[in-house]
Amino acid sequence: MMEPGLYHILFISTALFFIGMYGFFTRRNLITMLMSIELILNSVNLNFIAFNKYVWAGKMDGLFFTLFIIAIAAAEAAVGIAIIINLYRSHQSIDVASAEELKY
Amino acid sequence: MMNGSTIIFYLLATLTLTCGLLSVLTQHIFRAAIYVLFALIGIAGLYFWLQYEFIAAVQIVVYVGGIIVLIIFSIFLTQQTGEKLAAPKLDRKIWAALATFCGFALTIVQIYQHSFSSFSQDTVDPTVANIGHQMLDVNQTGYALPFEIVSMLLLAALVGCIVIALRNKTEQ
Repeated sequence: MMEPGLYHILFISTALFFIGMYGFFTRRNLITMLMSIELILNSVNLNFIAFNKYVWAGKMDGLFFTLFIIAIAAAEAAVGIAIIINLYRSHQSIDVASAEELKY
Repeated sequence: MMNGSTIIFYLLATLTLTCGLLSVLTQHIFRAAIYVLFALIGIAGLYFWLQYEFIAAVQIVVYVGGIIVLIIFSIFLTQQTGEKLAAPKLDRKIWAALATFCGFALTIVQIYQHSFSSFSQDTVDPTVANIGHQMLDVNQTGYALPFEIVSMLLLAALVGCIVIALRNKTEQ
């Protein structure tokens, strides 16, 4: 156990990224896949903040990237869930297999 | 010699990684949403630990208060209560675990072989005043244009959600 620094945070964000990746590979339910995407986006945000603090402390660019990623993730989740609920209305299922025809 | 800050860091890291791992492994979709919630709270705690209080507040408001509530609502609307998710096939589990573990090992080895050095001596405090000034600055280092573009994107997402939600009603 040492004093936590940049490498510890990079370890956490890498682990979280690949945990989200595993969920994305194994899940077949659209909502849980969306949750895995949120985990992946959060690990990226953590990376940006850690690099901003430990490597570029004189600027705030990483912080702004994080803010914009959070805004875009919110928009993406809202549209994604609207699509998922619409899919459930027409197919009575939110499995990816039921979404294979992307008509109308 | 562990001081308080180090202990808090390891607690937050354990919370984040454990809840993240449980959320992709559990077969109950509602529990998965709650585990994701705690993983996101753990990340917000890490932002507090790094002393980026504004980002931590945004993380809690947008993710914990917004996206997770949205996900829980959509679970209520689409899932039968008490129904378990189908377990993934064993070979898919094995291949996914193998692929992600190899990717993880590769990335971690690359990170630990590289030595990061700080590029700047002076530090800017990420206070709300500093963030606001640079966000709405129209000069070279300002972020006024991305700010406007993101606001247009949010408007478009709002309109898009309304259009998607309305369409079935008019057809019926």
